[in-house]
Amino acid sequence: MTDSKYFTTTKKGEIFELKAELNSDKKEKKKEAVKKVIASMTVGKDVSALFPDVVNCMQTDNLELKKLVYLYLMNYAKSQPDMAIMAVNTFVKDCEDPNPLIRALAVRTMGCIRVDKITEYLCEPLRKCLKDEDPYVRKTAAVCVAKLHDINAQLVEDQGFLDTLKDLISDSNPMVVANAVAALSEIAESHPNSNLLDLNPQSINKLLTALNECTEWGQIFILDCLANYTPRDDRESQSICERVTPRLSHANSAVVLSAVKVLMKFMEMLPKDLDYYGTLLKKLAPPLVTLLSAEPELQYVALRNINLIVQKRPEILKHEMKVFFVKYNDPIYVKLEKLDIMIRLASQANIAQVLAELKEYATEVDVDFVRKAVRAIGRCAIKVEQSAERCVSTLLDLIQTKVNYVVQEAIVVIKDIFRKYPNKYESVIATLCENLDSLDEPEARAAMIWIVGEYAERIDNADELLESFLEGFHDESTQVQLQLLTAIVKLFLKKPTETQELVQQVLSLATQDSDNPDLRDRGYIYWRLLSTDPVAAKEVVLAEKPLISEETDLIEPTLLEELICHIGTLASVYHKPPSAFVEGSRGVMHKRLPARTGSGEGTECPDVGNAAGGSAPEAAPSIIPSQGDLLGDLLNLDLAPPTTTGPTPSTSGMQMGGMDLLGGGLESLLGGDIGGSPAMGAGFGAAPAVMPASLNAPVGGGLGDLFDLGGGVGMPMGAYIPPKTVWLPAMKAKGLEISGTFARRAGVIQMELVLTNKAMSVMTDFAIQFNRNSFGLAPAGPLQVLTPLGPNQTIEVSLPLSTVGPVMKMDPLNNLQVAVKNNIDVFYFSCQYPISMLFVEDGKMERQVFLATWKDIPNDNESQFQIQDCHLNSASNKLQGSNIFTIAKRTVEGQDMLYMSIKLSNGIWVLAELKVQAGNPNYTVILNESKYISSLRFFQ
Amino acid sequence: MIGGLFIYNHKGEVLISRVYRDDIGRNAVDAFRVNVIHARQQVRSPVTNIARTSFFHVKRSNIWLAAVTKQNVNAAMVFEFLYKMCDVMTAYFGKISEENIKNNFVLIYELLDEILDFGYPQNSETGALKTFITQTGIKSQSKEEQSQITSQVTGQIGWRREGIKYRRNELFLDVLESVNLLMSPQGQVLSAHVSGRVVMKSYLSGMPECKFGMNDKIVIDKQGKGGEGATGQSIAIDDCTFHQCVRLSKFDAERSISFIPPDGECELMRYRTTKDIILPFRVIPLVREVGRTKLEVKVVIKSNFKPSLLAQKIEVRIPTPLNTSGVQVICMKGKAKYKASENAIVWKIKRMAGMKESQISAEIELLPTNDKKKWARPPISMNFEVPFAPSGLKVRYLKVFEPKLNYSDHDVIKWVRYIGRSGIYETRC
Repeated sequence: MTDSKYFTTTKKGEIFELKAELNSDKKEKKKEAVKKVIASMTVGKDVSALFPDVVNCMQTDNLELKKLVYLYLMNYAKSQPDMAIMAVNTFVKDCEDPNPLIRALAVRTMGCIRVDKITEYLCEPLRKCLKDEDPYVRKTAAVCVAKLHDINAQLVEDQGFLDTLKDLISDSNPMVVANAVAALSEIAESHPNSNLLDLNPQSINKLLTALNECTEWGQIFILDCLANYTPRDDRESQSICERVTPRLSHANSAVVLSAVKVLMKFMEMLPKDLDYYGTLLKKLAPPLVTLLSAEPELQYVALRNINLIVQKRPEILKHEMKVFFVKYNDPIYVKLEKLDIMIRLASQANIAQVLAELKEYATEVDVDFVRKAVRAIGRCAIKVEQSAERCVSTLLDLIQTKVNYVVQEAIVVIKDIFRKYPNKYESVIATLCENLDSLDEPEARAAMIWIVGEYAERIDNADELLESFLEGFHDESTQVQLQLLTAIVKLFLKKPTETQELVQQVLSLATQDSDNPDLRDRGYIYWRLLSTDPVAAKEVVLAEKPLISEETDLIEPTLLEELICHIGTLASVYHKPPSAFVEGSRGVMHKRLPARTGSGEGTECPDVGNAAGGSAPEAAPSIIPSQGDLLGDLLNLDLAPPTTTGPTPSTSGMQMGGMDLLGGGLESLLGGDIGGSPAMGAGFGAAPAVMPASLNAPVGGGLGDLFDLGGGVGMPMGAYIPPKTVWLPAMKAKGLEISGTFARRAGVIQMELVLTNKAMSVMTDFAIQFNRNSFGLAPAGPLQVLTPLGPNQTIEVSLPLSTVGPVMKMDPLNNLQVAVKNNIDVFYFSCQYPISMLFVEDGKMERQVFLATWKDIPNDNESQFQIQDCHLNSASNKLQGSNIFTIAKRTVEGQDMLYMSIKLSNGIWVLAELKVQAGNPNYTVILNESKYISSLRFFQ
Repeated sequence: MIGGLFIYNHKGEVLISRVYRDDIGRNAVDAFRVNVIHARQQVRSPVTNIARTSFFHVKRSNIWLAAVTKQNVNAAMVFEFLYKMCDVMTAYFGKISEENIKNNFVLIYELLDEILDFGYPQNSETGALKTFITQTGIKSQSKEEQSQITSQVTGQIGWRREGIKYRRNELFLDVLESVNLLMSPQGQVLSAHVSGRVVMKSYLSGMPECKFGMNDKIVIDKQGKGGEGATGQSIAIDDCTFHQCVRLSKFDAERSISFIPPDGECELMRYRTTKDIILPFRVIPLVREVGRTKLEVKVVIKSNFKPSLLAQKIEVRIPTPLNTSGVQVICMKGKAKYKASENAIVWKIKRMAGMKESQISAEIELLPTNDKKKWARPPISMNFEVPFAPSGLKVRYLKVFEPKLNYSDHDVIKWVRYIGRSGIYETRC
């Protein structure tokens, strides 16, 4: 008898035939029919119309048929909730069956029927099954509690199932314990603070006992649960470690990895001078190596985890370099991961071997792998100084092969080597220049241009080389354009006589013919710099560059700590915190490593907060962050190595980098005070904390925002642009995620949107509309999304806004309601724009007018607030960037007073007095608003 | 936890689909097909994230098994489960093929229901499963039988059922090793290791307590101190893992391997050694480029084990450049052939005794090319089988105790066999 025939019935009228067969008297025929139904269901046909007929087959003593019907029920009950009730009776009856297998089957299936009405009937049978005499039924019921909780959490709490579940942790049967632990862990994840898994030394002891006896899967559940426990002291920690280490010899890799997770976490608490600490370190290496002889998919998971472990505790695997050598037949994903770990483990002791291997790899066929191998050679040079020379010569050999992508990759890494060891290997530049023509990738072109610019004085025909790039300037990618601009400016500063024409050409290309704001801004900066003060320009552009550090793509320490707590899981495979890929509340809880509390150190209160603080990175990471180095980029430091960095948890960091560029960078450019820029960055970092909390008036709030940003960073050129925030989460909009911000560029208010398609289908036909709002903001044109947005694609759009739309007062004043339409649906969200967007360029009031108006305004239109910790220098300059104009300045009794005016897009004037006490970094701002009251009336 | 499990054929048609969690919809089935099975380029990772849904996949011949989740699951566990699932299916109906899966889809659903509950793997030992999930429908069981089944499925010894009886108590031990080598052209060992397995096939009555002993250096040294006096060689084991029947805490404390074995075949342990490996063959390559259109290759192999033993199925694979136009081979022993499709000279020798030497020389003619890229010279690889364990591992004893039944250790017939095979055995040239 072959069942495959059920897959092939595709004729018309099939449903009718099946219906007849289902209602047949013959048992065999019935069973055949149900099988056909299940087969159709599997291949995706809709057979829900047969629901009543299939349910009728349920009452049978044939277990196989019963299971098939149950399978059908689980699939379709949700679409036919009313009919599903028909099945309830049979379930309840089956839960009382003398055969434990049937009881368990009933309770297992009932939990899978996710219909609210059924859950009510589920409670009583479940309660009985949780206390069943048979362990098989109990272990099934334990999981069923988790199922029920997923459907109706409140019900589970009200019915007291959680307590029963907790009792099951003390069950005599290890498998019941394991399933109860799994269920409780899952429920606890959605209630982060519930203390549901009340882990204490007694319950831990029970778990450790069950650990020795339960199935391999149960051991994983228990170990994963143990990893969430924080022992009270190092002694407890050690005793748990001792009982977990035997698991390292388990044949199941998941058991091994989960055990490694527990050990890695609890090791944090052991004093380093303890003998046991050393023993434990030694014990960890062999099982990790053994994981590499597992199947390739598991090797991949293991390697991703080893990558984390090596970063956290390099000492564990430092002698095991050889096992990471790539085998000819390894799948590509294993090869790439091994390569990563090889670089991390490379040291003076093993560098010769590593280099020999890398050289072999560079001749393989897979392009990605070869590239990575070439890159790895460069990283070895940077990491192990003694090997640098050999690495460079190896790279030169590779360049000689003339294989295009090898050459490009080699040039990219050689640039980094130049940075690390200045004035050592420049003799190879000639060889590099020979390959100029073959470079077609932006990164390699940019690297080569950087080299030419940096060493312009040693390359005779540097100007010709750069000129050749300039021909196709507009076809280059931004990266290359920026680099080319800087390189030519460098060249000019080094050989001013011959290259004046060239520099003018590039400056005009960048500032006049380009519509890329970054490029334009950089062009203008150089232009002004060169025209006002060439000496300062030299100091800035040709400034000495800080050395790049050896470890370039380390995961940020706090993220690393979190990932160590997630060893073995998807998070450790993606190298991302669970919150980055798990939707909803589940798994967003951040896990931390425990702090070291040696009993000898006398820390008596293992307070959670303290623990977290104590485990924070001991020193600031010595790496140069790849984000936020736009400043460096501007000054042509080119700090960031081209490798990808792990994502930082907050994206605002990147935005701040952008701010920093405008603020610190420009300030230092204009003031010639390079040392000041780090302080600027720090000032900015503190800024959000000083926002006055007492400000309720929307205008004041907006201004406060602006003032302290202005004070903290200083932006003479651009207005304050708040970082992008998520306005419309993907969950609420069928997969469309919108984040954005507002900016004022060249007198036009822009709404800058980032649309991301997180759904699985393509999105098209975008359109946008605003509700009436306080300042009459309206889109000045249609939303420019021309190409369809594919799954996982992101597009950035900027939408110019006008202020001539219909007006309606909103609360808060700066609230904006937006509707976005696409081919799927219309979505609504609201966002708030910074008031400073509305400040117009002609907001500078005549002095006399200012004085007169100031006097005219009644006192109750006045509001006051304080801003702290501002940097005084050129505050007014910075504010002007945001269209806040300084009218006058005077000094009264040792206080500096600044008077300013602002004009809103709807013609309202705001006047401000800024009081600065010498020696006191606090500002007092008095706001006077001429038409504030009347404007409010106008709105009403 | 696992949200759903799908099985596809090579075309991407769904053969089995079982959804355990609400967050996995029907579109997940299609997403995997479109993004992975039908993807143009080679698979770059066994874990794929598509629209916040993670897909884990393994492939068996041309069948894809995919586990799907939206949560932060234990990734190692998911893969272990997929392998286990393959093992279970193989144990039930043989090879995993489209035909077999379609023929047994009801059975597979039944198994999936049992071994994965709400995405949590449950007992998946075939021994236990076969007691109550059968292909011939459920036999009517007596009450005792039922409770016996449930206690076995949930019990401490989930892998063996009670009441097994054999007339002849017999057990077979296979020590299977694969020896891996990477050697430089100058004969320097770049890396070498042995990964071995002890496979046990047992036909024993009742619930036998077994104790396994081998020449583990740590154990021998310990006993040596006790005054017993260790005889013969002992070996240092880098690491070992055991079947779940072995009591790990006992191994950790006393380094003794004790267990109650599953009935039939099981892999008792895996181990890895790197020290004092007997490398059964040494390959000495000599490649000379004569002008631009000719290569002379001479390869000598030397066997390095007791002269009384015979190595079998020896195969040496010498890679040739892509622009090879003709090859002349002379070998002293066996047969050698140039296989143009594989870009290699394959030299086969049926048998070779220990401490012998043989040689092959070849002249390779090349087509002149203007390809600047140098030939990468892939390593010379070798395959063979030898009747000893290259790691030097020896089984010292396997004792069987069954207190309830009246057979003793002496009544059990035991067989031990050693097989050493080549893993990746390469010499660069």
